[in-house]
Amino acid sequence: MLKDITLGQYFPGNSILHRLDPRTKLIGVIVYIVALFLCKQLLSYCLVALFLAWMIHVSGVGVKAIVRGLRPVLIIMIFTGILNLLYTGGTPIVQWGFLTITVEGVWKAIYMVARIMMLIMGTFLLTYTTSPILLTDAIESLFGPLKKIHVPIHELAMIMSIALRFIPTLIEETDKLMSAQKARGADFESGNLIEKAKSLVPLLVPLFVSAFRRAEELAVAMESRCYHGGEGRTRLRQLKYNRQDFVALLVLALLIAVIVVLRSLHFVV
Amino acid sequence: MEPIIETKKLTHTYSAGTPFEHNALTEVDFCAYPGEYLGVIGHTGSGKSTLIQHLNGLLKPTAGEVCFQGEDIWAVKGRARQVRFQVGLVFQYPEYQLFEETVYKDIAFGPTNMKLDKKEIDRRVRTSAEFAGLSDDLLQVSPFELSGGQKRRAAIAGVIAMEPSVLILDEPTAGLDPVGREEILDNIRQYHNAKNATVILVSHSMEEVARTVDRITVVNDGILPMTGTPAEVFAHDRELREMGLDVPQVTQVFRALRERGIDLPSVYTVEDAVRVLRQRLEAAPC
Repeated sequence: MLKDITLGQYFPGNSILHRLDPRTKLIGVIVYIVALFLCKQLLSYCLVALFLAWMIHVSGVGVKAIVRGLRPVLIIMIFTGILNLLYTGGTPIVQWGFLTITVEGVWKAIYMVARIMMLIMGTFLLTYTTSPILLTDAIESLFGPLKKIHVPIHELAMIMSIALRFIPTLIEETDKLMSAQKARGADFESGNLIEKAKSLVPLLVPLFVSAFRRAEELAVAMESRCYHGGEGRTRLRQLKYNRQDFVALLVLALLIAVIVVLRSLHFVV
Repeated sequence: MEPIIETKKLTHTYSAGTPFEHNALTEVDFCAYPGEYLGVIGHTGSGKSTLIQHLNGLLKPTAGEVCFQGEDIWAVKGRARQVRFQVGLVFQYPEYQLFEETVYKDIAFGPTNMKLDKKEIDRRVRTSAEFAGLSDDLLQVSPFELSGGQKRRAAIAGVIAMEPSVLILDEPTAGLDPVGREEILDNIRQYHNAKNATVILVSHSMEEVARTVDRITVVNDGILPMTGTPAEVFAHDRELREMGLDVPQVTQVFRALRERGIDLPSVYTVEDAVRVLRQRLEAAPC
């Protein structure tokens, strides 16, 4: 059941999206998000959705896995949708007690839900096609200039890569612990909120204990391999931009340009 | 005799619909009889852990049935959870599941979930601690203060406290010193004898299995290619080796001696080997 949470999980593959430089992909996702937030009309949303669909198709990850990633944010999506539906002023179409649904509200709700959905799917596509190690390499490289003003970029990147690396491990461990406690009759599914919260104690205590144990073991393992921070550290994989990266950046520039142009044109649909 | 627990054409597929999809078990027919001591051997990733997690309803079969006392455990809603109290499962490295403030409370977790009354819980905690070889004064200590071996015992006691009629242990001796191994195996044997319980022991150690169990089931690549007494299974040493398993070392020694023309029977435990050799030496003219 916990295996369904796919946050930060990498799907190995050899698509063009997998092979792109991670920096390109990181910039790409940022551009994509900006484009998404610049959308004003249906047409631009459709355009961004089309772009996303194209990327999903190219990545070869499979729609199923991407959609599964949406499950944890389902409640937020429903909540946003309902709030926007009910609290937007404009021309009313349905009036029921103190609740009023307006034409504008319907559109806004659709747009907001679509925006969250595409936001999540797009960022998931990044973590699905980029291994966490490459991703932090990209962050370290892109924010490298900040080192000049004594921002500990290497340390931050290392913290992030360790955190990302341990998400699947901790999920696996939680799964194991859940099985072990279930084997002793623990019940995580039924009961009211307080009972459910209480039922998590047999899970959280051992999980914390093992997280601390892991942290300590990892620290020892890193030190015994002479880790002493980022200074003078060389890389096994050097990041290099290729022709495909320039093409990808060009496509992204085109996307955002079209969205900006559409935004400046004053038509509603 | 009717099996107490069995699987019929059990198939389990992990991560169906993702690039990680793979079959862990394929149409497995497994059975264990009441009161027997069964060994399950297989190399890492053979599917044995998946198999045992089906036996107490922790995993739901992708296809096929798991039957406890002749009834499908997934046929009625809620039965799978009840079966967990009857089929106790001790996971690998069970010491990591301890969470309570005291050992006593931790062992009581299972019986409390069974909604037993206080007196019965107390009795069960004390008897199971005794079965697992934990002394009374350790019951009020925090489980995190125990040594590795004691933690393992506390975790095993936590499952035994449910007094299951089938006790499954996944490598209960992994990572323990030789003395600790012997003691834990002795304790399991005591439970088996005292309660006439079915015990299923999953192990990597051929010596351990040869010495303790009545019957062995081999798991390899999601199927069960062999089942039989230790003598029957260990007679197939070539096949076992192809599966990444082996026969006990003493069996290998005796076979090597036989190949050099010394007339010796096949033995599977050190005790048998000692007995055979002693007989030979006494019979031999000096």
